[in-house]
Amino acid sequence: MTADNVIEVRDLVKTYKMGEVEVQALRGVSFVIQRGEVVSIMGPSGSGKSTIMNMLGCLDRPTSGEYYLDGVEVAKMADDQLASVRNRKVGFVFQSFNLLSRQTATFNVELPLRYAGAMEGRRAKAEDALRAVGLENRMTHRPTELSGGQQQRVAIARAIVNNPAIIMADEPTGNLDSRVGREIMSLLLNLNKDRGTTLIIVTHDPSIADQTQRVIRLRDGLLEAA
Amino acid sequence: MNFTQTLFEALESIASNKLRSGLTVLGIVIGVAAVIAMLAVGNGAQDSITGSISGIGTNLLFVFRGGADDSIRNVKPLTLQDAEALADPFAAPSVAAVSPVLQTNAEVSYGGEVTTTTITGALPSYFPVRNLNVTEGELLTEEHILGRASVALIGTETADALFGRHEGLTGETVRIAGQPFRILGVLESKGGGSFGSQDDVVIIPLTSAQTRLVRRSNADQVDVIFVQAVSAEAVPQATQEISDILRQRHRTEIGADDFTVFSQQDFLSTAASITGVLTIFLGGIAAISLLVGGIGIMNIMLVSVTERTREIGLRKALGARRRDILVQFLTESSLLSLIGGLIGIGLGWLIAYVVGQVAAATGTVFNPRVGVDAILLATIFSAAVGLFFGIYPANRAAGLEPVEALRYE
Repeated sequence: MTADNVIEVRDLVKTYKMGEVEVQALRGVSFVIQRGEVVSIMGPSGSGKSTIMNMLGCLDRPTSGEYYLDGVEVAKMADDQLASVRNRKVGFVFQSFNLLSRQTATFNVELPLRYAGAMEGRRAKAEDALRAVGLENRMTHRPTELSGGQQQRVAIARAIVNNPAIIMADEPTGNLDSRVGREIMSLLLNLNKDRGTTLIIVTHDPSIADQTQRVIRLRDGLLEAA
Repeated sequence: MNFTQTLFEALESIASNKLRSGLTVLGIVIGVAAVIAMLAVGNGAQDSITGSISGIGTNLLFVFRGGADDSIRNVKPLTLQDAEALADPFAAPSVAAVSPVLQTNAEVSYGGEVTTTTITGALPSYFPVRNLNVTEGELLTEEHILGRASVALIGTETADALFGRHEGLTGETVRIAGQPFRILGVLESKGGGSFGSQDDVVIIPLTSAQTRLVRRSNADQVDVIFVQAVSAEAVPQATQEISDILRQRHRTEIGADDFTVFSQQDFLSTAASITGVLTIFLGGIAAISLLVGGIGIMNIMLVSVTERTREIGLRKALGARRRDILVQFLTESSLLSLIGGLIGIGLGWLIAYVVGQVAAATGTVFNPRVGVDAILLATIFSAAVGLFFGIYPANRAAGLEPVEALRYE
């Protein structure tokens, strides 16, 4: 593997047990994503799209196979180590924003810093991140006082606040109308351009996929030949 | 995460659902208030019993007929001669004063009013020994004893029952078991005791009681001999001397005394053990309600964990470790129950105060006492309840798989 590969998966297999039946969600997937790349992952439902996203985001462990994230083998890490990897290397953007509704935008953005154990400069870093997504005037607002697009911006600020190696975006525009969706996409692409953060977008929307440099297509737990 | 922030977040979370938090806390509030109030009442009862026993008279000993158990045969009665022997300053140097009495319950009547009370046949020595005095009239004298006079001293409560007042009664005539007695004076009130009132009494000359009210096979028999020791320190010594004299006079075998010497200290320790049991009993009942409150907290925390599954998933995705989630939920449950505990202490204090006021209004001297130990106990215990009953829900939250939790609807 080379230093430019931020993600390298080899022969990734994931088997779920649904009662007595074993379901193979991934049947041996291998690919490489380079630092700074913008990649979309597409596929029909049941293709293993969400499973690969959970693996890449270190939310789950593969049944077998290897996964190097930023040069570190994470496939066999313990729960707390995985939590630490998620905290430092991965920024998540969800379809439904997933903000703490009782807390201010700043607090929400600060949350990963808190779990990182950072004591000082948290507020400043969170405010920088909010400025980067164009929310300098909404820092003390709560999610209920923000529009959908603004909420997703807060979520993006939260994803970049720890300067992660990759941003995992799961249908980031799925809950937004097309105009706001375009704004959010261009924000994500700009962040990639300005900061060089690797961007991985899981989507079923071809117009989103068209804006990425590369598309990884999945079908029945296998890579579809490009 | 830093502890103050965790605390602050937990507070915010509690405040975000005020009604539910309030109802949850209520269980702990009631439990802690019950513990505090019950312990206060128990302490107050102990104080009041101790106080009333101390009020019976200083350095007082009681000599009763009969042994410590029923196995003693041929029990000889206590007599006036026994009392005289106890008063011997050479045989019993620790004894300051001796006063034998006869006691019986009888009906006392005046006009249409009738009451049943304890009639004590006493000698003049009874009054200093029992620390009694009159508010009006005079005490019994030797002449009354020698003359077997039909005179009586009356306690304030008995007077209230018969006359509706306890002043200006000297010279009135009451009937005791049908026989007329002239009231010689009214006894000073000793206040309510926990053994029934010490003011519901009638005292007549011992000789009058012997001849008119109490018929005993032995004319010189007495029921109780009150003995005053020279000092509180001399009480054990006096007990020994009394026992020696009576054993000799009654010719009993060692260890088979046909009499019992009881000191105020014995009463105190008996009363203390009784109120101790009472306090434990009350506290136990209160502790059960605290337990129920704890289960309420567990219940609500479980609901809260389920409701916030997505939040937990998100926090985990953002890098929260198992311990972070555990601490978050444990802080919340402990804080809930600690808040309940603090409110409960206030409420318990209030209840104890009200009980004290009610007791005072009904004329009973009784002060519930809220001890620092009870407050500390309640605070620590309530926080511990929250912690203990929070462990299971918190563990469940911490053990959630991030993928599952994020997908939860």
